[in-house]
Amino acid sequence: MKGNFLSFVKKESLHILRDKRTMLVVMLIPVVLMVLFGFAISTEVNNINVAVVAPGRTDGVEDAVNRLVANDYFTFKGYISQDQIDSKLRSGEVGAVVCFTSDYDRRVAQVEAGIQSSPVIQVVVDAANVNTAGAATAYLQGVLLGSASQQAMFESRMLFNPQMKSAYNFVPGIMGLIFILVCAMMTSVSIVREREVGTMEVLLVSPVRPVKIIFAKMIPYFVISCVVLTSTLLLARFLLGVPMSGGVSGIVAISLLYLVLALSLGLLVSTIAKTQVAALLVSAVVMMMPILMLSGMLFPIENLPKFFQVVSNIVPARWYIDATRKMMIQGVPLVAVWKDFVILLGMTVILIIVSLKKFNDKLE
Amino acid sequence: MSDIVISVQELTKCFGDFAAVDHISFDVRRGEIFGFLGANGAGKTTAMRMLCGLSYPTSGSGTVAGFDITKEGEQIKRHIGYMSQRFSLYNDLTVWENINLFAGIYGLSKADTESRATELLERLNFTSERNTLVGSLPLGWKQKLSFAIATIHRPEVVFLDEPTGGVDPITRRQFWEMIYEAADGGTTIFVTTHYMDEAEYCSRVSIMVDGKVCALDTPARLKQQFAAESMDEVFRTLARGAQRGE
Repeated sequence: MKGNFLSFVKKESLHILRDKRTMLVVMLIPVVLMVLFGFAISTEVNNINVAVVAPGRTDGVEDAVNRLVANDYFTFKGYISQDQIDSKLRSGEVGAVVCFTSDYDRRVAQVEAGIQSSPVIQVVVDAANVNTAGAATAYLQGVLLGSASQQAMFESRMLFNPQMKSAYNFVPGIMGLIFILVCAMMTSVSIVREREVGTMEVLLVSPVRPVKIIFAKMIPYFVISCVVLTSTLLLARFLLGVPMSGGVSGIVAISLLYLVLALSLGLLVSTIAKTQVAALLVSAVVMMMPILMLSGMLFPIENLPKFFQVVSNIVPARWYIDATRKMMIQGVPLVAVWKDFVILLGMTVILIIVSLKKFNDKLE
Repeated sequence: MSDIVISVQELTKCFGDFAAVDHISFDVRRGEIFGFLGANGAGKTTAMRMLCGLSYPTSGSGTVAGFDITKEGEQIKRHIGYMSQRFSLYNDLTVWENINLFAGIYGLSKADTESRATELLERLNFTSERNTLVGSLPLGWKQKLSFAIATIHRPEVVFLDEPTGGVDPITRRQFWEMIYEAADGGTTIFVTTHYMDEAEYCSRVSIMVDGKVCALDTPARLKQQFAAESMDEVFRTLARGAQRGE
């Protein structure tokens, strides 16, 4: 009965091709997301307005301020007096104020001579936006700890992503999200649609085995996902410049596994949802939210409350994103992320078994 | 080849304590148009699903096209056609693509598909609509196409579940002409309907009330038996005794 399987695959492909709008959306979403996250949305902090309070403008202070001025991240807004700090920050004119003590040079000299001393620079930051404030403080520290001896005391190096480009970080997250969207959401909606419209009944009365109906449905979506995978990887490599020094084959391998997982997830949703709307909602609420919140895509898992850290273990995207991030940015081979791979494989097997069983039960 | 195409003995389907189909027995002969009537909730659909191999009976036995309904569901599916009350072709595929899909499902060869599809379109005067999307056809045309496709693999039995719901009287008439044609060709028709004038067209009619078959005979003899003018009266006399609601 190979013929009937092929006619099914053809039929499913026709459904997708006829629905040009949906297909366009699916093909364009990854591109839009990549460009958006790559260029527009950024957790980097740029153009922080900084004012300086310096009662004594000594050489040491001038030196530090010059470094500040030369730095792209900051815009130097001039010297202000002590009592202007509050109003300048409140009005939003500046995001941070750097205060030097009047005896800055002397104290620095003391530190350099190895004598204990109290802080010499105070940084006052507008922390209304926590992320910006944190980043600004860190940058300011880096810039101001300028003198040779101080640098000798403190050194940090950014490995793998030396420019700290946030786009690098988002690419794996976008992939984790997009594949769930295409595979899980679209397959489940398409299965439920047949049930809702009534065509599923006719198919079930035909000699085609239900499993075949399902697999025939999955194939075109799998192909679309592969196209999306290719375009995402190309965009990531050539538009955003993600290194992928560990080789593309590993990334492709784990992505294909993730695709299969997403497809079986879609099948599972279709056995639970009775209407297309329900399928959409289940996909959106049960799958999208955890991916956005609990997968490490937007927020580091280490920063989550303990409870959610535990919950995040069952979010497949977490493991996928973790693995692709390592492979794309750190450039490690697939072998190095074997743990993520095994976990994803395990989840896939369980999902396939559960969803096929549920699907068959449902027919009775 | 046996002359009995569908044979059912004491067929029962329970959902928990509720007997949706309660020990029904009947035979359907080859080439017959068998009307399967009953109010909503009387158990028609459940009975039909068991005959199509979609659902296992709780007890009882039966054969369809010579295959056991409890053991040979897959074989039965190859030898029957099915048309549901809900329109069940794909709106976003063309007439030709729909025909091809179902021909493919039933394993017809390329040559067979080509010749039968062409013949089917000619018979329906649909040749010019070959590449029209089914979604843009009027309902009556869709139903006729649906029936033609349900019989494209020349099944021994066709199950029609309220095939003429929502269709205008003229198209219904044409639809029944198609049914007659198929029956003359030796195909057995098993049809459920709510239109009592259609019941008059059937060779024999069974009426289900509360999961049981209450009456089974030719329309003429049923009318005689219940001293009724029309099938409508017969039906109402029987259905009045029903305990179950919708």
